Amino acid sequence: MINEIISMNGYGSYVWSAFSFTLISFTTLYFVTKLQLLKEQKKFASKFGSLNKVKARAAISQNINKEILSSASNI
Amino acid sequence: MFKSFEPNKIFVITSRAPKYVLFLFIIVLSIGLTEALILSPEDYKQSHAVRIMYVHVPAAWISLGVFSSIAIFSVSSFLFKNKNFAIISKSLAPSGFIFNIIALVTGAIWGKPTWGTWWAWDARITSMLILALFYAMYLLAWRIYEDKENVIKITSIIAILGAINVPIIKFSVDWWNTLHQNTSVNVFSDTSIHISMLIPLGIMTAAFALFSLLIFLMKYNTEMIKVKNKGLDRL
Repeated sequence: MINEIISMNGYGSYVWSAFSFTLISFTTLYFVTKLQLLKEQKKFASKFGSLNKVKARAAISQNINKEILSSASNI
Repeated sequence: MFKSFEPNKIFVITSRAPKYVLFLFIIVLSIGLTEALILSPEDYKQSHAVRIMYVHVPAAWISLGVFSSIAIFSVSSFLFKNKNFAIISKSLAPSGFIFNIIALVTGAIWGKPTWGTWWAWDARITSMLILALFYAMYLLAWRIYEDKENVIKITSIIAILGAINVPIIKFSVDWWNTLHQNTSVNVFSDTSIHISMLIPLGIMTAAFALFSLLIFLMKYNTEMIKVKNKGLDRL
């Protein structure tokens, strides 16, 4: 049964390489995109940390900034 | 008119959605892979090589759908001066490009056992290669041009020109004699593919669409945070 799934009547190398290429592409794109997102979140958190109290209050008044900070704190 | 497309409102959803989409994608992909690699029958002519269809066809469909969406959002961004549309179209491009590459590579792998060649300058394959070049130009334009107004204009032009190629890809098998067979799956008329193969094809298409959505959401969040990072500099 397992041998049959692997060899697929001699077409196994074609089928498995097509599926492997697809899954490797998915994994690579996912991690590259995730890394870019984490990098920007960290950059935002460090910039926010360096703001003085007045500027920090002005920044946090925007909901979107609150969301970014809460997602950055989950890293 | 486009109040529901305001970034502040959208970000609340897009920042929380990826974990749920990822979870759903893993479940649907697992079912799809089991159906495609084990449960679905082999073809009487192509034998097990037909299983490549379950990654090749959904990848081609999604890359075409994504490029059409990019063209619509790019034109809307240009016409209505809505920068959020430009961010949406920019965020769609990476997954569309990867699906285009997957369609070309898995097509070449499928071509060897069925047609006896890895590559042929057939109308459908060539037009898909042209689409990949448009994707590459679109992504490069966003990297090369710094000026926001300029980059929106240039990427819109690339998207419109590339969109002309989309119906050419779709109807290439009807307009020219190609190695590709005619359309087997039709929305408005009879589908010639058997239900035992149509089900795994549908599940794999759903899984690929979920992956495309996942990458779009992550990329959109990255772009929004980039905008907000610039906003902090201006405070």
